[in-house]
Amino acid sequence: MKHANFIIISYVLTFGTIIGYSLRMFSRARKLDDFVKDADKPWT
Amino acid sequence: MNIFSLNSKSPTGTRTTRALGVVAILGMTLLGVLGIFLTGEDVVQGSTVRMMYMHVPTAWVAYLAFIVTAVASGAYMWGKQHSLTFDRVAGASAEVGVIFMAMSLVTGSLWGRLTWGTYWQWDPRLTTTVFLLVTYIGYLAVRGLGGTPQQRAKRSGVMALLAVLEIPLVHFSVVLWRSLHQKASVLRPNGDVTMDGLMLFTLMFGLVVFTITFAWMVLHRQRVLTLIDAFNASGIDAAVSERRKEGQVS
Repeated sequence: MKHANFIIISYVLTFGTIIGYSLRMFSRARKLDDFVKDADKPWT
Repeated sequence: MNIFSLNSKSPTGTRTTRALGVVAILGMTLLGVLGIFLTGEDVVQGSTVRMMYMHVPTAWVAYLAFIVTAVASGAYMWGKQHSLTFDRVAGASAEVGVIFMAMSLVTGSLWGRLTWGTYWQWDPRLTTTVFLLVTYIGYLAVRGLGGTPQQRAKRSGVMALLAVLEIPLVHFSVVLWRSLHQKASVLRPNGDVTMDGLMLFTLMFGLVVFTITFAWMVLHRQRVLTLIDAFNASGIDAAVSERRKEGQVS
């Protein structure tokens, strides 16, 4: 496949950014979870 | 690794987000396989068309995210309850939109290097897109200025309702001005679609998968924002009661 490096980089960057952002979001949620009462979490 | 583990450990996960998360992961995997291995090369663009299956859906999600931000801000401002949930949805959607807009610019830039011979041109579409991105980075900065959640919701709501007006400018920039950027291949005024077969399916599939991923990310992010607001409020309550105790002692 021609230009495989550019193509692979665009896929890795896109998926990698989504995964990285999601992991950071979950990490933040876990850190905050202990300090917040269940009453303040309407989804639980 | 269990594919459910990302969500099951998350305090912001529910049955709905878990289902969305699994569909998003499976969809992204299939999209990667379709985009890189199964679809053919374009007559004009050659193999670089494969980058479109990332570039176009990320741009679509960014537009969608900014529209959701405006709608949620409007719902906060004109709703009877002035529910902060709408404000948090607006904030979460804008943040996710900024991420996707940046990804769209990067993938577009890589594609531009191969097709136009340069990573960047101050072309109307590219320039207006950067302007839109900077506007929403500014929106996120305004949200972080401090004050009560209600003050934050009001001032950022006004900004969201103004900022969304840039989207038509970005979208129609290729028609309004002479642009290097190609015109629409699917949403054309005369209704003709200039893609066919598996390529069109892959592009449409990408739009659906990225939209599901967007919904999943916004749901989680707005719950994290709820946790942050609750944490800040409990911190203020604790400080106030501490001060009261100090006052009683002295």
